[in-house]
Amino acid sequence: MNKVQPDRHFERMRDLPSTHLLGAGTAMCVGCGGLGALKEIYDVLGRKTVFVNAAGCMTLTAVYPFTPFQGSWLYTSMASAPAGAQGIRDALDLLKEDGRITDDEDLEVIVLTGDGSANGIGLSATSGAIERGLDFLYVCYDNEGYANTGQQASGATPHGARTTTTAGFGGEKKDLFNIWLAHKPAYAATVIGSEPLDLARKVEKAAAIRGPRFIHAFAPCPTGWDYDPKDTIEIGKLAVKTGIWPLKEYVDGEVVHTRRPHPRTPVEDYLRPQGRFAHLFEPTRNEAVLEDIQHSVDAYWKAVEES
Amino acid sequence: MMDRMLITGNAAAAWGARLAGAEYMPVFPITPQTEIIETLGRWIDRGDMSGRMVTMESEHSMITAAGSAAATGVRVFTATSSQGLLYGMEILYAVAGWRVPFVLVNVSRGLAAPITLEPDHNDIMAARDSGCLQLHCATCQEVVDALLIAYRLIEDPRVRLPVIVNLDGFYLSFTREPVTLPDATQVAGFLPAFDAADLGFRAGNPVSEAVAVLGGGPYSYFRYETHLAALNAAKVFSEVTSEYESTFGRAYAPVQCHRSEDAEMIFVMIGSFARKAVDAVDRLRARGRKVGLVRPFMLRPFPADALRSALAGKKAVAVIDQNISVGSGGVLATEIKAALYGQPDAPQTIAGYIGGLGGRDITYEEFSAIAQETMAAAEAGRIPDTRLLYTANELREMRKLQAIDTVERHEEEERTT
Repeated sequence: MNKVQPDRHFERMRDLPSTHLLGAGTAMCVGCGGLGALKEIYDVLGRKTVFVNAAGCMTLTAVYPFTPFQGSWLYTSMASAPAGAQGIRDALDLLKEDGRITDDEDLEVIVLTGDGSANGIGLSATSGAIERGLDFLYVCYDNEGYANTGQQASGATPHGARTTTTAGFGGEKKDLFNIWLAHKPAYAATVIGSEPLDLARKVEKAAAIRGPRFIHAFAPCPTGWDYDPKDTIEIGKLAVKTGIWPLKEYVDGEVVHTRRPHPRTPVEDYLRPQGRFAHLFEPTRNEAVLEDIQHSVDAYWKAVEES
Repeated sequence: MMDRMLITGNAAAAWGARLAGAEYMPVFPITPQTEIIETLGRWIDRGDMSGRMVTMESEHSMITAAGSAAATGVRVFTATSSQGLLYGMEILYAVAGWRVPFVLVNVSRGLAAPITLEPDHNDIMAARDSGCLQLHCATCQEVVDALLIAYRLIEDPRVRLPVIVNLDGFYLSFTREPVTLPDATQVAGFLPAFDAADLGFRAGNPVSEAVAVLGGGPYSYFRYETHLAALNAAKVFSEVTSEYESTFGRAYAPVQCHRSEDAEMIFVMIGSFARKAVDAVDRLRARGRKVGLVRPFMLRPFPADALRSALAGKKAVAVIDQNISVGSGGVLATEIKAALYGQPDAPQTIAGYIGGLGGRDITYEEFSAIAQETMAAAEAGRIPDTRLLYTANELREMRKLQAIDTVERHEEEERTT
């Protein structure tokens, strides 16, 4: 679709939209960090959009005959949302080529997927779409598990987390951001709903670029992570302050960190309020795992400082 | 102007897509279908055909893209075989529910395991309940004609469903036959550009497609609606084929019959292997046996009425299934028995045979034996169990292979001890 440089720029919090496009009353859980991020993303992208959805929590935003979206929506399957985006994008281009639709009728095609699909069953279709240079925006809300089915461990589950399938996840969170970067996309960024200004700037930038673009939204999940829903924003802020969730973007072949938490607070501050990590503190402290987690965060930021 | 060419079944499928003006082609290679997409790709590269082809990373994605492009309002063609059809099976069901029209050509091939490249119908039968309509071709000419008929059929607002046009791997896909290509101007008259009407994602007209439903009420409503649309296709099929006949001179009935009218015993088969039955019928007729062939061309919607009238008053029917529903028998035999149960004038005996799996030949001698056996059963008032066609000679050849296998294993054991 034709890209117009946006005339809006998000300099300060007060530049953010004061009215919201996404309707209320969805079936999402109270305090859903994914829905919060989606609401902010949607405000920037606007109505001229079609969301192509992969099976996950957000599939239940649109339940017949209701939808919170003012634009369009297509549910596909858990594995093939990027392929659904391919068909729509190509068809819109064909229709525009011979004037069957005008540029005004065109849409931004957005894949909306959870981390379970993004890191696993949908990864092949995602890789294919990027490789083909598809002009689309890929939004992953990352709640670090198969949350819609009750928080089983996914490819995005972090080390040590309790899920309904793991007492303490033994693996490491998959580096989806770098998997995308290996494909040389047009743009990639990490965001979080608790940092709305950073999020809006990145989504605005992504919307102005053509090609495969990735918005990786960290999505604190009170139901799956086992914390009080009122604390979603606080958990999100701690994820950034402790360096667990680095805010960064990849543009023109370079990774830039848009926030460098300094000083970083200990990861314990982020882990302790979440029931999914309670076993690391009670009945006895699991120093080994806590140190592992702190070390991997330290190593990440050390590499950033040295680069 | 009519072009008569000597082309393969795969080339016929490509010609059908080209003449139909398919404009979007998500594809993925698989034997024995690949020649179709290679042909289309060559035409697009040379500028002989307009349209866009995109090679996807799987059939699951390919069928998703086919469905979403059709849902955006363009004419879509795609093709696969066997494992590919099964890999995309989840989405076949989904796109039928999306109520989007596009043509998928399936070049039938047996399913693993064991792996084979040769044809049978277990792939297409697995798609039986998907909501995609099915047309089954027996000749290369039928492949071209079926594609043009298919687009008219499914783009009709009363139908709006995907359709699978089936042809047999190797026997049709790689066999050259004379084909009369319909004249492009006449095709344009018969099949105008796709009028997507209200179908499509547009900025000015937001739509939500394929959303979740809560509860069995709404779910059943939409599923029934899809079923009723498939049933509508029976009526639309007869309208479309009668127009096709008056334009191009070739007639297509939901069930194609050969010397069945005065026959006492009928073979029922689908696809190109039914031509073996045509030959057998002619030879048996020469020996004074009153036999005929009934071949469903349209399998979804199921042509129950046409089958009932074609089989009414017959003494014996032998359904030769080129598929096996493991633990049950032949799929077609089961469906035909169900359609005829309790009908006045239903045949006394309907016998099921499994043949042609993985491209296994069915010989004239077998057809002859089947005719005799089925008539004898009818006269004795018996309904035989499903028979698995296999000759003594085939078993002997198989035993030889097993003997080699045994010797090789034995030698390997000796070497390692």
